[in-house]
Amino acid sequence: MSEFVPKADGIAVMKVEKTVGPWREAWNGFKKSKVAVVGMCIVLFFILLAIFGPLIAQEGINDQVLKDRLLPPSSEYWLGTDDLGRDILSRIIYGARISLWVGFFSVIGSVVVGSALGIIAGYYGRWVDTIISRIFDIMLAFPSILLAIAIVSVLGPNLRNALIAIAVINVPNFGRLIRSKVLSIKEDEYITAAKGIGMKDARILVSHILPNSMAPVIVQGTLAIATAILEAAALGFLGLGAQAPMPEWGKMLADSKDFLHSAPWTMIFPGLAIMLTVLGFNLMGDGLRDALDPKMKS
Amino acid sequence: MTTKPLLEVEGLKKYFPVKKGMLGRTVGHVKAVDDVSFYVNEGETLGIVGESGCGKSTTGRMLMRLLEPTEGKVVFDGKDLTSLTSDEMRKTRRDIQMVFQDPYASLNPRHTIEKILEEPLIVHGIDNPKERKKKVREFLEIVGLSAYHAKRYPHQFSGGQRQRIGIARALMTNPKLIIADEPVSALDVSIQSQVLNLMQDLQKEFNLTYIFIAHDLGVVRHISDRVGVMYLGRMVEMAASEQLYAKPLHPYTQALLSAVPVPDPDYQKEQILLAGDIPNPANPPSGCTFHTRCPHKMDICTKFAPQLVEQDSGHSVACHLYSDQVDNDIKQMEGSL
Repeated sequence: MSEFVPKADGIAVMKVEKTVGPWREAWNGFKKSKVAVVGMCIVLFFILLAIFGPLIAQEGINDQVLKDRLLPPSSEYWLGTDDLGRDILSRIIYGARISLWVGFFSVIGSVVVGSALGIIAGYYGRWVDTIISRIFDIMLAFPSILLAIAIVSVLGPNLRNALIAIAVINVPNFGRLIRSKVLSIKEDEYITAAKGIGMKDARILVSHILPNSMAPVIVQGTLAIATAILEAAALGFLGLGAQAPMPEWGKMLADSKDFLHSAPWTMIFPGLAIMLTVLGFNLMGDGLRDALDPKMKS
Repeated sequence: MTTKPLLEVEGLKKYFPVKKGMLGRTVGHVKAVDDVSFYVNEGETLGIVGESGCGKSTTGRMLMRLLEPTEGKVVFDGKDLTSLTSDEMRKTRRDIQMVFQDPYASLNPRHTIEKILEEPLIVHGIDNPKERKKKVREFLEIVGLSAYHAKRYPHQFSGGQRQRIGIARALMTNPKLIIADEPVSALDVSIQSQVLNLMQDLQKEFNLTYIFIAHDLGVVRHISDRVGVMYLGRMVEMAASEQLYAKPLHPYTQALLSAVPVPDPDYQKEQILLAGDIPNPANPPSGCTFHTRCPHKMDICTKFAPQLVEQDSGHSVACHLYSDQVDNDIKQMEGSL
C-alpha cells in the first residue's frame, strides 16, 4: 500500500506503508537459510506424523503376532517387525507422539520456571540473585542425566516422572540464560525511561524486559527440545522412562539390543527416528539463532 | 523574585560506596554529587553544564529519584520528593518527565511508536483507549512527525526523529517539569538546532520548565535562562545566561568558555588551557576541588572549600578569588571543624 503524502516542506514524497515487526523480520531472516528450512520441514513432518499418525498406522500397535516375529522389512511390514511380531513402522509413528510430547512439555516446563526465577534473580539482584544463582550452581554441579535418574528413582519410573525430571534438570540452563539477558537489558535506557514514566516494576518486567529477553530462550528452547528427546530416550533405554508396551523410541532401542546381529532393523529404524528428529530441531534452532540473535553466532 | 520556584534543591548529595575485598567492606565513597543546591522558576530553563563525570546526569536522575539521593532535599511544587514513598513518587512522575541522551537506546525496540507514546497515559490511567490513540497522533504532529508514523517501530526512524518521539513521550502526561539529560549530544549538529528549536516552541506552548543538562556550552547558551556550572560534583558558578557568558567569574568557567569554538577562521583567541585531568572523585583534592588545575591557585584554596556566594544579583560563584571576606570564610570553616 502506498500513497502520496505531502510533507511540511511542500515536497510530496512516496510513502510506502511497510511496517515490519521484529518477529516478521526474524522470519524473513530465517527463510534465507536453506538448512534451517530443511530442519523446520523435518520437525513439521514429525509433528504432522504425531498428530495424524493414527490415520496412517495400523490398528493395534501393541498386538503381538508371534508367527511374524523379527521379520525383515517387506511389503507387508515396511520397516519389519520386532521380537514380539509388532509392526515397527506403526510403533515409530506412535512413538513420535510420545517423544515430541515429552520434548515440548518438558521444555515448556523448564522455560516457565527458569524464566520466572531468572527474571527475578536478574532484576532484583542482591541476595535474591545470590540465592537463586547458587541453587542453579548446585543443580549444574550434577551431571544432568544422573540428576534425572535420581529424580525418576525417587518419583518412580514412568513417562510422566521422566518428563518432570527432564524439565527439572533443564531449569538452571534457562534460568541462567534469562538472568544474564535481564542483567544487560535492565541497564538499557528504555528501562530507565519506563521507570521515569512512573511504571510499576511488575509492568516493566512483563512488558519491557520479558519480550526483549525472549529471543535467546526461543533458540535455546528449540535446541533443548532435541536434548530432551534424547534424554527421554536415554531414560527409556534404562527402563526409567516409558514402560512396556509403550512404543517409546528409547524403549524400543533397549528392547531390541539383543537382536542387533540377527535383526538390525529393530534397532536401526527407531534410532534413525531419534536422530532425524534431533537433527531437525538442531538445524531449526541454529537457523533461529542466526535470525533472532546475530551476535550469538560463533 | 516575583515567581515562586517550581523546584528547589538543597544540599543534594550522592555518595557511591567503594567496596573492596571478599566481605565487601566499604573503603571509601565516590562523591558523585556533593552538596548541590539550586532552584528553578516556573517556565524557565536551567542549564547545567560540566565535563563528563562531574555529576550532572546523576543530579538529574536524583531529582526524579531514579537514583536515591544520599542526602538533601528536593522540593517540587511544595512537596518534598525525598520524603515520598516509592508509590507516591511513582505517581508524582506524571508531573516530572525526562528526555534521555541516547535516542537509540531510550525507546523499546519491540514496541511500536503508538505503544511507546501510549504507555505513560496507561500507567497513570489517563483517558480511555480511543482518546489515547487520538492523543498519540496529536502529539506526533506536535513534535513534527506524522500520524501515520504511529504504527512504525523505532528502528525505522533516524536519530533526530527518535529524539522527537522521546520528547513526545515526555509530553504525553502534560508534565510541569522536563529534565532533559543531554538530549541533543547524540545528534548531528544540523539536527541539534531543529530539536532545540522544537523544545523551545514546546516550552512556550505548554508552559514547560526545563532542566537542561549538557556538556556543550553553545547549546546551553541557546536554550537556557540561567546556567549552572558543575565541577567534580559541586556547583561552582551559577548565573543568568547572558551574565555568565559575558562575564564568567570562576576560573573553570573561564577556561570552559575559552574552549568554545568560534565559527570565524580569522578570529585569534586566547585559550586558557587547563593542565591535568579531572581528579578522581573517590579521592578529591582537599579544599577547593579545582585547585589542582586552577591558574589562580592561592594557599587558602588547598585548605578550605569555597562556598557558593552571590556576587552580583543572581550571579553566584564558589571561588576564593571573589570572597572579600576570605578571613570570614576561614573563621567560619574553623568554627565548623
